[in-house]
Amino acid sequence: MDKIVHYFFNFGLLADYWPDILRGFALTVEMSALTVLIGVPLGLALALARAYGVRPLNWLIVFYIDFFRSIPQLVLIVLAYFALPSLGLVMSPVAATVGALAMVLSAFAEEIFWAGLTAAPKGQWEAGRSTGLGFTQTLIWIILPQAVRMSIPPLTNRAIGISKGTTLGSVVAAPELLNVTSSIQSNVANPTALMAGALLFLALFLPFVRFTRWLERAVAHPRS
Amino acid sequence: MSDFIETFFNLGVLAQVWPLLAQGLWMTLLLALACVPLSMALGLVVAVAQDTPRRWLRMLLVAYVDVLRAIPPLVLLIFIFFGLPFLGLKLDEMSAAVLALVLNGSSYFAEIFRAGLEAVGKGQREAARSTGLTQLQSMSYVVIPQGLRAVLPDIISNTVELVKQTSIASAVALQELLRSAQLAQGVVYNPTPLVAAALIYFLLFWPFVRLVSRLQHGAPHG
Repeated sequence: MDKIVHYFFNFGLLADYWPDILRGFALTVEMSALTVLIGVPLGLALALARAYGVRPLNWLIVFYIDFFRSIPQLVLIVLAYFALPSLGLVMSPVAATVGALAMVLSAFAEEIFWAGLTAAPKGQWEAGRSTGLGFTQTLIWIILPQAVRMSIPPLTNRAIGISKGTTLGSVVAAPELLNVTSSIQSNVANPTALMAGALLFLALFLPFVRFTRWLERAVAHPRS
Repeated sequence: MSDFIETFFNLGVLAQVWPLLAQGLWMTLLLALACVPLSMALGLVVAVAQDTPRRWLRMLLVAYVDVLRAIPPLVLLIFIFFGLPFLGLKLDEMSAAVLALVLNGSSYFAEIFRAGLEAVGKGQREAARSTGLTQLQSMSYVVIPQGLRAVLPDIISNTVELVKQTSIASAVALQELLRSAQLAQGVVYNPTPLVAAALIYFLLFWPFVRLVSRLQHGAPHG
């Protein structure tokens, strides 16, 4: 028991490191927010574009989403960071990580929004068109709001899952929370730093995980 | 253009590093073979056990699922591999990776299975019980098979995610596919091995990703 306290809850050791840890935490929050803010609108745009049913464009969109859903996030990050420079495209570790994760999220978001758009009953389309709305107007004002409402629970789940991927940036030395805490743990030869990191990740993501639980219940039983 | 091919799709380089990549792919498959069944089994136990009338046990299981869904798997792996040895618990790269991935994977499977079990009507279990099946029998022969079928697309998609996730084992120098490709890149100074690894992953998972899209698209939405 003493050993556990000494090695994992020895927070006194971290006294000098809190500013670094907080900076890492702030970067993790920033990277997660950027990933969601780029990935979700991009996914929505792709799903809306797909609704127009232009064949060659749709093949491209489907290939894009399949590609980014099939390749592991870490592989994409490593590829962006170590292979793209051969094309003259040099990115910072943070940009490579956020860029790769945002693409992955956009692919999953497209699939979720698309499922929502195609779930709208035909009658909704016909009713919209018969009141004189054009295709685009019906899509935006009638179908999209219903699709978005359906998409929120799975999208929240996905966004949390992919935001956790910001930790993969530590592999290319993005100074986010995991990177900072693991270098502190090798400096002080004590894993309390890792424990602090894990607790901070928990503090960041657990509220969202709890929120999705609530959200799923709320959607399943709207009046309770 | 030929420069581009020379750099990213260099067949000479590929031939040179292929044995290393093949070895890595084998290790990735071994990892998958260990992680997928263990995660599913543990996830199923956690899901079924949530049926318990004991409130404290239910809360404990929900906490297990939520905490493990909130902790990034790489954090878990680094913690297990670099933190636990301080307590005298030294795991090799493979065991650490399997443990981290199973802890993470089981929490997602538990949620999926729970949703599936809840989708099976109460009448099904009552009917099974009334024909004389025991609690355990009606669970295993009646409720679980129907529950699993209801969430099949999610099961496949989570399996793909879990196997993709094995690439994080490269962070503790386990020589799976990604790590092998990185080592190979270091030897030949050319990104072809990384591109090749990405293509291997793509070919491995694409059929399943397509299948899940089909299954979900065909399913009626409530």
